[in-house]
Amino acid sequence: MATLRCESLSKSFDGVQALADFHFVFPSAGITAIIGPNGAGKTTLINLMSGFLRPDSGRVFFGEREITLFVPHKIARLGIARTFQDLRLILQMPALDNVLLARPGQRGERLFYALFPFGLKEEEVRNRADAIRLLRYVGLEEKAGALAGELSYGEQKLLTLACCLATEAKVLLLDEPVAGVHPAMALRILDLLRELRDDGKLVVFIEHDISAVRRIAEQVILLDHGKIIAQGVPNEVLEQAEIMEAYLE
Amino acid sequence: MEDLFGGRRFEMEYLLHIFVLVGIYTVLAVSLDLLAGQTGLLSIAHAAFYGLGAYAAALLAGRLGAPFLVGTLIGMLVAILVSFLVSLPSVRLHDDYLAIATFGFQMIIFSIFNNWMGLTHGPLGISGIPHPSIFGWPIRSSAGFVALAALLAGFAYLVVWRIATSPFGRVLRAIREDQVLTQAMGKNTLWFKVAAFAISAALAASAGSLYAHYITYIDPTSFTVIESILVISMVIIGGAGSRWGPLLGAAILVTLPEALRFLGLPSSVAASLRQIIYGTVLLIMMMVRPRGLVGKYGFGR
Repeated sequence: MATLRCESLSKSFDGVQALADFHFVFPSAGITAIIGPNGAGKTTLINLMSGFLRPDSGRVFFGEREITLFVPHKIARLGIARTFQDLRLILQMPALDNVLLARPGQRGERLFYALFPFGLKEEEVRNRADAIRLLRYVGLEEKAGALAGELSYGEQKLLTLACCLATEAKVLLLDEPVAGVHPAMALRILDLLRELRDDGKLVVFIEHDISAVRRIAEQVILLDHGKIIAQGVPNEVLEQAEIMEAYLE
Repeated sequence: MEDLFGGRRFEMEYLLHIFVLVGIYTVLAVSLDLLAGQTGLLSIAHAAFYGLGAYAAALLAGRLGAPFLVGTLIGMLVAILVSFLVSLPSVRLHDDYLAIATFGFQMIIFSIFNNWMGLTHGPLGISGIPHPSIFGWPIRSSAGFVALAALLAGFAYLVVWRIATSPFGRVLRAIREDQVLTQAMGKNTLWFKVAAFAISAALAASAGSLYAHYITYIDPTSFTVIESILVISMVIIGGAGSRWGPLLGAAILVTLPEALRFLGLPSSVAASLRQIIYGTVLLIMMMVRPRGLVGKYGFGR
């Protein structure tokens, strides 16, 4: 089982250190929360691990393979999926098509098969069934035909999760999976994340909502100004976070 | 009676000529729509690929006596290879910059047409391009050309529609809406954009080949940036990324200026009036229906 590992990752923007010497070995499965004030470097870390940013120095490994300079689609294909804070979806497409889009290794996405679509029926039926199954898993089966842009905010968050799962990723990097959704929906999403962990996936998520972190995280990383202030089990780190917050106020 | 008969015959020929032009521009509009409408890459270089196909066909037929289909296929191949020159470096650019990069490319290709005297005869153009013959079956009559143009338009339609309705096309539309997300979903967006560019260029080149063999004379003025903008107008007016939009746009923008002839204006006035009408129609469309007559996707975001 491949593990995700960061070795002294650093990144700065216009002289501002967004992440400094970040060193961490993620477990092969589990739930790790990344917390910290705005501008602490949380999203930068996800961008570095998913190939959307290149570090100034340091390396990222997935298993034995170094992926530091890999382009995003290559990292996604290796099994590291991510969501975005600003909830990216193809809003003009039905929910089902969003999930279908994320399915890997489709022959129909090859130019040859687009022009000569023969012998694809079986694959399309299978992908469709998989996509429906994933929508059912996150509780959106009834919305399969609805445009992604017409879903509620919470449903859109669920759909991004379904898309991540559709890539067959082993590692999910989630940028604020429950921020802004109503409490019942948040609980549903958190339960899903726990189920995914039980299925052997690694869930790394950024979250401001401390109760959500306390509820599901097994491990917490507290970042501030690009540095790890604390790491460990939730209770200890969160205590420290509260002290820091009090100190900041 | 003789006169009346002759007049009718002329009208018929004229009508068939319009049909051939609608066919050729349908190929151009449909192929540009694959790029601009489906993938969201607004290229101003479509006339360059149209011209590449026309010159390839004219030169192959004139100098080597190559048959129509062979000349057309080679022209398409040339367009594909040349498309890599513009797509590989420039599809990484963002929307507005891509338009500017393709504009520059269009200017380069135009000046090659206009200045490489040894090959293209520059502004003098190439004349005496033979009418096509397909599998030994010569096409001479206007009706024959209408059939050929319709066949080519149908072919372009089939290619673009197959792509648009395939999982490949789904990725193209995803790139149009959100390239970053599409990458995050594991798609090599660069490859998809380069492929869309190549197919679009190849189809435009096939239209160029038909045009060269139909008119039997080509010069660089048929392949200027104005021509690119005309095709863009067709796509926008009809409706980018829609099933019938490009066809509708091509039909309207080919027939509209022809209708002006019947107003009895002197040809010099009609020519400038034509430009004014294009401009006005485009402006009104942008304000009233930015998504085109039957389109779902607008550029005005």
